[in-house]
Amino acid sequence: MASLLEKIGSETLWYLQSTGRMGLFLLRTLFSIFHTPFKVFPVIRQVHFIGAKSTFVILFTGAFTGMVLGLQGYYTLRKFGSEGFLGSAVALSLIRELGPVLTALMVIGRAGSAICAEVGIMRNSEQIDALECMAIDPYRYLIAPKLLAGVIALPLLTSIFDVIGIVGGYTVGVGLFGVSPGAYFQGMYASVVWADVEMGLVKSLVFGLLLVWIAAAKGYFLHLERSGGFGAEGVSRTTTDAVVLSSVAVLVFDYLITSILL
Amino acid sequence: MSAAVSDNSDTANPAPAPGQEPAIELIDVHKHFGRQEVLRGVNLTVFEGRTLVIVGASGQGKSVIIKHMLGLVSPDQGSVRVFGQDLNRAGRNQLNDIRQNFGVLFQNAALFDSMSVFDNVALPLRERTRGSEAQIRANVEEKLALMDLQGSENKFPAQLSGGMRKRVGLARALVLKPKIVFFDEPTTGLDVSKSNEIYRLFHRTQQQLGYTAVIVSHDVPKIFKLADQVALLADGVIQECLTPEAFQLSEQPKVRAFVEETMGRLYRSDAEEDGLYAQV
Repeated sequence: MASLLEKIGSETLWYLQSTGRMGLFLLRTLFSIFHTPFKVFPVIRQVHFIGAKSTFVILFTGAFTGMVLGLQGYYTLRKFGSEGFLGSAVALSLIRELGPVLTALMVIGRAGSAICAEVGIMRNSEQIDALECMAIDPYRYLIAPKLLAGVIALPLLTSIFDVIGIVGGYTVGVGLFGVSPGAYFQGMYASVVWADVEMGLVKSLVFGLLLVWIAAAKGYFLHLERSGGFGAEGVSRTTTDAVVLSSVAVLVFDYLITSILL
Repeated sequence: MSAAVSDNSDTANPAPAPGQEPAIELIDVHKHFGRQEVLRGVNLTVFEGRTLVIVGASGQGKSVIIKHMLGLVSPDQGSVRVFGQDLNRAGRNQLNDIRQNFGVLFQNAALFDSMSVFDNVALPLRERTRGSEAQIRANVEEKLALMDLQGSENKFPAQLSGGMRKRVGLARALVLKPKIVFFDEPTTGLDVSKSNEIYRLFHRTQQQLGYTAVIVSHDVPKIFKLADQVALLADGVIQECLTPEAFQLSEQPKVRAFVEETMGRLYRSDAEEDGLYAQV
């Protein structure tokens, strides 16, 4: 009994400690963004890595998501004789929900894992200690550009995902099933309002921050991992944890943001 | 070696030469990692311009002492002072100000593996000074020449040998002319000639820049030739901190055991006969 209580207490303390550490990590990174002089080039380089290099994946997944929505939407709407609403169904699903979420999940897989592994390897090989000893703030030098880039890149990638998804839905709905092109776009024009775009934008901003925060923090605190964060295996395990945790966090926050903004 | 070896060989910390102040002081430092108590009340003073060598068996916490001095680890109890400033009480900005006095050569050099040799050495200059790119280039090239690394500017750490990586690490550690330089196992993994090269570079740069040095090393007895003070860490405390000659002749049981284990019984008498260390 005593050992069970001890275990529960130790687990609770561990999770509180980890949460506090993650929270302080985010605060320190956010504060470090405002330190002068501002470093623009590292942010641009990270936007290129997180954003530009993810474009192809986003184009590909966006197109196929839109096409699937076109197929499923047409099949469902036809039962009610409402094929004309296909444009609004595809656009609203993408802009409000699927665009931000699927973009974030794709970026987690491509860039989030890379960020965690990069920072984790730097931690393991004492490169982060070396930065601190050189009086170079690792939060400002290493983490802040990635966090800013995540917040900049995610809304842009989400926009690309939405647009290419709408084109995908159009290709299937209009090209394959013969839905009127005018009805497709008119329905979309009539039903999508600024609040829908705003919801998608807010989600993508939050997801951008979340995925970089979790990936970078997991790598940064690799040496404090309870399961042992050292060596190649430690980096690989922590990277997997970071991908799973940030994917779950994206889905949880998706629900929270939707319930707040709806 | 920067200063004459003190004659006061029986004190725990040899008295400094006139005008020398403590650069680093560890006062009753305790540190636990989980349930393991690594340091159990470490007291140690490093004087300005001098070279302290910390020796001891593996896993005793020598690198943990260096991490305390660098402010990378905080003691559970006790204090660490650098130029009179308590690292535990320093905020992030103050800690960064203190660290501007530091240069560190890590055990594995800790070079930034995605940067070229040139960029590795230039990084502290780019981040901490406002010099032009031309000034930075001139400074980096001077340091690389000092380390015999001309022509390696565009190579990446993975393309360098162990000795070259250490030299790049040393160039980076010295590029801002620090007041204190830390060496964590500077010759581990190097062959004899490469080790001697690192020692020669240490000797030359310390003479040029006059920095205080803290060295953690297993390379006994060779490392004694560079030391002003030798401290033995065992069982979580500094057993003795003496001049190299006094260290070898000490009758303190732990020191005696360490000297005999690492240098052999015969070596002691040879050293005494030849006066080997008095010549340094």
